[in-house]
Amino acid sequence: MADRVTPAPPATRASRTTRAPRRLGAGRQARRVRLWTSALIVGAVVLTVLLVPPLVQLDEQAVDLSRKLLPPSWDHPFGTDDVGRDLLFRCVYGLRVSLLVGLVAALVATLIGTAVGAAAASLGGWTDRVVMRIVDAFASVPHLLLGIFIVAMFRPGVWPVIVSVALTHWLSTARIVRSEVLSLRSRPYIDAAVSGGASRWRVTVRHLLPAVLPQAGLAAVLMVPHAMWHESALSFLGLGLPSHQASLGNLVQSARSSLLAGDWWPTLFPGLLLIVPTLALAGLAGVWRDRLNPRRRSELML
Amino acid sequence: MLELHDITAGYDRRNPVFTRAALSVAPGESVGLLGPSGCGKSTLARVAALLHRPDAGRVSLDGTEVRAWRHRAPRALRTTVGVVFQQPRMSADPRLRLRDLIVEPLRAAGRRTGIPARLAELAPAVGLTDDLLARRPHEVSDGQLQRACLARALVLRPRLLVCDEMTGMLDASTTAALVTAVEAYRAETGASLLAVGHDRLLLERWCDRTVDWSDCLTPAGGGSPTS
Repeated sequence: MADRVTPAPPATRASRTTRAPRRLGAGRQARRVRLWTSALIVGAVVLTVLLVPPLVQLDEQAVDLSRKLLPPSWDHPFGTDDVGRDLLFRCVYGLRVSLLVGLVAALVATLIGTAVGAAAASLGGWTDRVVMRIVDAFASVPHLLLGIFIVAMFRPGVWPVIVSVALTHWLSTARIVRSEVLSLRSRPYIDAAVSGGASRWRVTVRHLLPAVLPQAGLAAVLMVPHAMWHESALSFLGLGLPSHQASLGNLVQSARSSLLAGDWWPTLFPGLLLIVPTLALAGLAGVWRDRLNPRRRSELML
Repeated sequence: MLELHDITAGYDRRNPVFTRAALSVAPGESVGLLGPSGCGKSTLARVAALLHRPDAGRVSLDGTEVRAWRHRAPRALRTTVGVVFQQPRMSADPRLRLRDLIVEPLRAAGRRTGIPARLAELAPAVGLTDDLLARRPHEVSDGQLQRACLARALVLRPRLLVCDEMTGMLDASTTAALVTAVEAYRAETGASLLAVGHDRLLLERWCDRTVDWSDCLTPAGGGSPTS
């Protein structure tokens, strides 16, 4: 199907224009493949995570010590863990928690970042300088260290992890939004709005923020995998979710001991489920970024 | 109406675009400011529209001395001046339909009730049809967009209109239509006009008085060149 989309260049034209047209077609095709595989994977993951827990009435915590550490089979496609729980089911629950944390934290981080960046840029002058130095100061502390510090202040649970991820990940969005707003602020249409009596608030909300929303949305999508990894890292270190609750980080953490005994499946599958959705989300965000502005890549990379 | 005294302005304090420029526009008068490109006449127009803070000099509007620029200027003073810029593409928010673009100043001022009446009045005056009003900036031509920008400048009934190379990028018939619209508005309200441009023929026919940029710049110790 996809092969038929690219027209074969006519022989006469191909000889004159060397290979430029065909390479362009190949680029477009690669992009389409990337878009569809990413969208399929993300769709499948989201559907699984949303539908499986309510539809399959099984207890993910059900322990069966007689079936512990079984390798993958038809009964247990991902095998079982060291207390005999079905790993596929645990992974679905873990992914559910990780995605939830990732989504909410990315959303909150984007909101904070957009608000701070837009405020700094539209106020300008001293406020801008002071705010951006504060952002730099935040950014100079390693993410994970700051995250651990925040998590340590609360009892383990989902919300402290979300807060920790959100408070450490808004910096890049703030920078992106600020630079976009600064470049828009000197356009004549902003002058026209000022001359028409618009207040600072109105100029920001009506003219500046709508213009940076695509970039902020893209930053939010790119933030979801970041947040998932951060959550997994915290859980892996034993600082995130309580260890009985399935999360990808917890699964890898508890499977570490059996890895040394040669049981590879309890670490492999949670790890894969962390990496594959991440790559799929990054693929989707990449397509979106190329549509927005193919030249601007540095800040909006995973 | 507008008095500019000894204005020094630019984008870098150590290297101003021009020093000690002066210009005055009497109530109801139309003044054409002629100058080569890059001389600073647009910057002077921005100063006159309270959009750019000069490094030195005095600006007074309607006898009120201006002490604050851009957002800091009181809204009533800011909206005394209507501005039309040279490039309609750059001076229109790409997300707004022409209808919203034109009435945006009314919304900013909180005068929502008068919107349909004012729009019905202005659109024919600048030659915009209902079909065009529903389009976004990328769906209309430069000339049509500039008509909308002129309507936006007139929507709050400014007492001074600053046209910064308003017709610089347009063809002759659109130029004529826009000039006619400006003159009709002035005849109706008695507003003043400061038209900035490099087209001597146009400005001499359009304005009561034209001033060359070199005459605006006062040599040290000289008086104001305008009456």
